Amino acid sequence: MKEILGKKLGMTRVFRDNGEAVPVTVIEAGPCYVVQVKTKEKDGYQAYQVGFGSQKESRFNKPSKKRFENANVKPTRYLREIKFDESELEAGAEIKADIFKEGERVDVTGISRGLGFSGTMKRHHFSGGDKTHGQSDRWRAPGSIGQSSDPSRVFKGMKMSGRMGKDKVTVLNLEVVRVVPDENLILVKGPVPGFNGSLVKIRNSNRR
Amino acid sequence: MKRVQQIEKSYLTQNLPEFSSGDTLRVHVKIKEGDKERIQVFQGIVIGRRGSGTGATFTVRKMSAGIGVERIFPLHSPNIDRIERIKIGSVRRAKLNYLRELTGKSARIKERIVEAEKKTTKTAATVVNEENAEPKLDEVPDVSETASDGASEDTTAQLNSAEETESAKK
Repeated sequence: MKEILGKKLGMTRVFRDNGEAVPVTVIEAGPCYVVQVKTKEKDGYQAYQVGFGSQKESRFNKPSKKRFENANVKPTRYLREIKFDESELEAGAEIKADIFKEGERVDVTGISRGLGFSGTMKRHHFSGGDKTHGQSDRWRAPGSIGQSSDPSRVFKGMKMSGRMGKDKVTVLNLEVVRVVPDENLILVKGPVPGFNGSLVKIRNSNRR
Repeated sequence: MKRVQQIEKSYLTQNLPEFSSGDTLRVHVKIKEGDKERIQVFQGIVIGRRGSGTGATFTVRKMSAGIGVERIFPLHSPNIDRIERIKIGSVRRAKLNYLRELTGKSARIKERIVEAEKKTTKTAATVVNEENAEPKLDEVPDVSETASDGASEDTTAQLNSAEETESAKK
């Protein structure tokens, strides 16, 4: 399983050789450093603990600084885990953007933009009410949310207004349009979740 | 955002001629037919430009056999072989959407005559945007190129005749 952490930089469009314009998201992917290798014997599961991004050293307390010192890497802003089947890397190893090639398919995971308390039209694509025909204050109303004295309650899971976004979202099967290893950049076709500057995780897709 | 713009930089076409709304352009477009590549010329008035970076586009409008045809080109598309500025238009707004309602004589745009640019229009405005574009044209001097040239002249001729007939009607 190839996987790397990255920062969403923003969207643009680029041209292919045949002149086709492709919408892409530019992701600064890596370099990530393996801080700790978690093993089945010791931790009950297998994963690399991976650091990404820079952070002032003064932001860390002694124990968390020690964690990085043990792996001989600089303290990083983010620490995430990457699962693996067979251990190939050791603590201190570097994961770079060049693990991905152009034309490969990837899944990108991120935290979607938080949209706050949103109504049913935005949140669940309800159609709202009539604007005319004697209606008032019903344009964006959800409509009926249930029956009458039987069952005398609103069913669980009813689609209603509420907090929207800020969920963990994975976009599947995106094409890698270009990789710039020197600048640690990966250009992925289409949008990915989250604000510009937010943390994303790129892994190779098993779909095709 | 700066890094995104840096990525965009490598996709931008260099040495594009300067042009704005109201100008008359000849856009040489590469067209692929199977394995063959030929160049077609689209000549018309620029009625708007928008966007920045790789997303920048411009709209060219022409009258083809009495019917208005508009094409939106990505400014930096590799399919654009070169852009020639033929006339500098004298217009007072950035988007010339009002041209869509006008036909014949009223749809003309006054030419802006700039002393300094007058001489350079024919030389500097025909700056080739790729160094190898010119020889490529010579390599593929086949019928299509001349044909498309002829075709565009035809349409201008038609345009003129259309104008005449319309003015005659009036």
